[in-house]
Amino acid sequence: MIKENLGIRKSDVINRRMFIIGAAKIIIFTGIVARLFSLQINENKKYLTLSDKNRIREWKLPPTRGNIVDYFGNIIAGNLKVYQLHIIPEQVENFNYLLVRLKTLLNLSEKKIQKIINLKNKLKPWDSIIVSENLSWSQFLKVNNYLYDLVGVKPVMTISRNYPFSEMYTHVLGYVSQPNEEEILENEIVKERFVPGMKIGKLGLEKTLEKQLIGTNAIQRYEVNAYGKRINQLEYQKGLQGSKIRLTVDTEVQKLSAQLLSNKAGSISVMDIYTGDIIAMYSSPSYDPNLFLFGISQDEWQLIRNNPLKPLINKTLSGLYSPGSTIKPIVALSALENNIINPNFKVKCTGKTELYGQTFHCWKEKGHGFVSLKNAMKQSCDTYFYEIARLLGVDRLNVTAKKFGLGKKVLGEYFDNEKKGLFPNTNWKKNNLGRGWVLGETLITGIGQGYIQTTPLQLCLMTAQIANGGYKIKPKIIVNDDPLSLEDAKNSMELQLLQKPNTRLFKESKNIKIVQEAMFSSTNEQFGTSYRSRIDDPKYQFAGKTGTSQVKRISKRERELDLKLEQIPYKDRDHALYVAYGPYKNPRYALSIIVEHGGSGSKAAAPMAKELFKLIIDRDELRDNQSNFENINI
Amino acid sequence: MFERDPLNSELSFFQKIKEIDYILLICLILLSIISLLVMYSTDGGEILFHTKSHFSKLAVFFPMMIFIAFFNIRYWHTFAYLFYFLIILLLVYVSFFGLKSSGSQRWMDLYLFVLQPSELMKIAIILCLAKYYHRIKVENVNSLTSIILVLSIIIIPIIFVISQPDLGTSVLIAMSGLIVLWLGGVKVKYFIYSFITFLISLPFIISFLKPYQKLRILTFLDPDRDPLGAGYQIIQSKIAIGSGGLNGKGFLKGTQSYLDFLPEKHTDFIFTLFSEEFGFIGSVGLLILYTIIIFRIIRIGALSRSNFSKLFCFGFAFSIFIYIVVNLSMVLGLLPIVGSPLPIMSYGGSSMLATMIGFGIVLSAKINRKQIIG
Repeated sequence: MIKENLGIRKSDVINRRMFIIGAAKIIIFTGIVARLFSLQINENKKYLTLSDKNRIREWKLPPTRGNIVDYFGNIIAGNLKVYQLHIIPEQVENFNYLLVRLKTLLNLSEKKIQKIINLKNKLKPWDSIIVSENLSWSQFLKVNNYLYDLVGVKPVMTISRNYPFSEMYTHVLGYVSQPNEEEILENEIVKERFVPGMKIGKLGLEKTLEKQLIGTNAIQRYEVNAYGKRINQLEYQKGLQGSKIRLTVDTEVQKLSAQLLSNKAGSISVMDIYTGDIIAMYSSPSYDPNLFLFGISQDEWQLIRNNPLKPLINKTLSGLYSPGSTIKPIVALSALENNIINPNFKVKCTGKTELYGQTFHCWKEKGHGFVSLKNAMKQSCDTYFYEIARLLGVDRLNVTAKKFGLGKKVLGEYFDNEKKGLFPNTNWKKNNLGRGWVLGETLITGIGQGYIQTTPLQLCLMTAQIANGGYKIKPKIIVNDDPLSLEDAKNSMELQLLQKPNTRLFKESKNIKIVQEAMFSSTNEQFGTSYRSRIDDPKYQFAGKTGTSQVKRISKRERELDLKLEQIPYKDRDHALYVAYGPYKNPRYALSIIVEHGGSGSKAAAPMAKELFKLIIDRDELRDNQSNFENINI
Repeated sequence: MFERDPLNSELSFFQKIKEIDYILLICLILLSIISLLVMYSTDGGEILFHTKSHFSKLAVFFPMMIFIAFFNIRYWHTFAYLFYFLIILLLVYVSFFGLKSSGSQRWMDLYLFVLQPSELMKIAIILCLAKYYHRIKVENVNSLTSIILVLSIIIIPIIFVISQPDLGTSVLIAMSGLIVLWLGGVKVKYFIYSFITFLISLPFIISFLKPYQKLRILTFLDPDRDPLGAGYQIIQSKIAIGSGGLNGKGFLKGTQSYLDFLPEKHTDFIFTLFSEEFGFIGSVGLLILYTIIIFRIIRIGALSRSNFSKLFCFGFAFSIFIYIVVNLSMVLGLLPIVGSPLPIMSYGGSSMLATMIGFGIVLSAKINRKQIIG
């Protein structure tokens, strides 16, 4: 019985202690339920988002760039379907066999094969390896024919930039290529839309208009597993192609410019004198932007880089030249405007003039005799312009030149590489060279030599603003939303005149007239420097001014030798320049031509203007009809 | 007396069947079905290896449990020490000749399946200590020799298990042992003293932990310190459970498990998958099912006449409870990750074997509740 009693007592202890634990259990279970509640009910949203983040992954596809078209709607930068070849390693049965097959089919190099093998080892087995970014059509057909034998190979069609006129527009458009790390980081929009394989503008309008052109990514949403393998596609969001950009340029004129400058270094620019539309802008030589799309080969790059005619330089915008005699209309205008001379003012040219013991030569050794302004312009008499420059002074000349756009960027907002050139004055020299201005420097500035530096486009703008009667225009290369017709442009010019008197670049319009007439005689009257390039038909008749810009100082000996162009080393030959506008009776277009080391402007540059004006004026009507963009069927 | 003396004689087969705790049995069957469904889901909605294997284990161990239930609990009392020593021997064997897997050596190959003796120790220790406290006189419970003896009964297997190394199982074995000590009447102050001693010696214990074990604790304290490495499991587990919401994502629709974000989804993290697919309602339902099971076991203990049955039932109920708490706390990010399966739900033969033996003994205790054990 004692044992029994003890037993009862023991079970009491057990039961009592069990009760304590039971209470503890309930508390702990409640705690767990509370935790479940907080995770599943309170924080459900947060964890649902995290779960979706885990399982849903977006794949951005490269956006399609907007097209760039010329004034007539011809695509000058478009998109082309390209055929690519991808390998999906996990689907390949025998990788080595496949590589051998592809090597013979596509003529792959040993280096490329090694690259593919390296990629295969680096990537996940379901990530595709790009074997070829741009298969030719025949290669694509070949691969398709043998597809049954190439397990794991996927021919893919994608879209790539294409420049149908190849080198014609390189200096205007630039080109696209794979961005480097810096370029991705510095451009917010590129950073946001970057995907491997995407190309961005590296130069020219492709670069400056990146924002408009880039387009938005198409997005594929996939459900993926923990290892990143795509399980199924949930959504496909189409991307928007970048905006279409219409330029003011005319491909036909551009083509002719390229043709005229073939095998030469130089630049041609053509501008509408009222609207400021740039009709053509060609820098020669150029290069094919299509070469850069899939990475340019070292050989091709070296060929471009080492070309002595420097195709990489956009001569129209970044080439700095002494304007030579093409500056003379501005010198004459400045002298007239400042009442230094009147049209009857005469200077006797003896072939040279002396100043403080220094001799300044006229191009014509024998001299021109007594010359008036008109004759001086016509025959480009240097002595006359030495004299009026001396009377005028560089500072007053500088004011006029600046008004007409020299020393300022013309299209600065669109081209990073544009240079602003230089038109000196006394202050400039003091501030930059630390020395006082010398009168002799005024003289040579008067014939466009010395410190003065201009870009071909500046000369074109200068000429356009003389041609339109002395009104300021804003040059442009992109057609605005509502392009100006000729009438509108002329009207708005008069309107501007009322509102903003500073768009008028002259004091007295008769001075502009005098300069225009002088330029006319230079081209259309006997003994004019470009007389041989004239067109008598009034429909095409144009007025211009030649220029020959010295590359180096002519020594006394060379002057005596009077060498022929061919006898002078290429590097030392003068640059040939020509600025002109036409038709003379009712002007509409201005142009500037420069042929580097081409010799004299009248021989090398002016004849090109003849050809150009024929074409430009023939297309004038066509152009006016095109001013409404909506009518263009692209 | 017309009836046979219920105290000492054997019950007939039909009486035994009548005496089975059907509520407990139904709960166990329900749990088994749920576990099969969840296993089916871990296989991605197909009857693959884990589902088949889990089913075959249930098919073997469930009848075994019933079979055990029909044995008189007296035999378990008789062979308790022997059982304990047998498992100790197996632990010794494993520590020398055991199979190695991912850095630990805990398994022995029995051809049909791979046995993990440490899982069986969870039951053996309860049996052994229940017998000890059943037999000892109340006044000797708190004697020094008794305390030393019971502590060495607990510590000997733990030494083997820790050296495997398997921190999770050794903690569970210790908990199961200590609860029997508590039930047996060891003074409260001893528990308090040893708890304080434990807290003080914690830094030293930590210094003896393996680097991966330390990492687990650090990761538990801040899972985000290494989200793709050590913290990955706990972060993904919380995401799965949290994203389940009130109703869950639906059966076979748990994206976290389906897309392989969940680690160890068949074993320790089985609850995560369940909770993702069945939500808060399902999870609480599962907890309620477990609670019913635990309280049925406690009820059987309370009904039992013998202290051995009482001690075993209460001890077993507590260890089931502890397994659940440790497992759930772990997947809910309340405890560091220690390998601990969820009873019956988790994939794993040894754990299920031990659990089913336990339930068999409990069912036997119910049938033989009036049995007096000498």
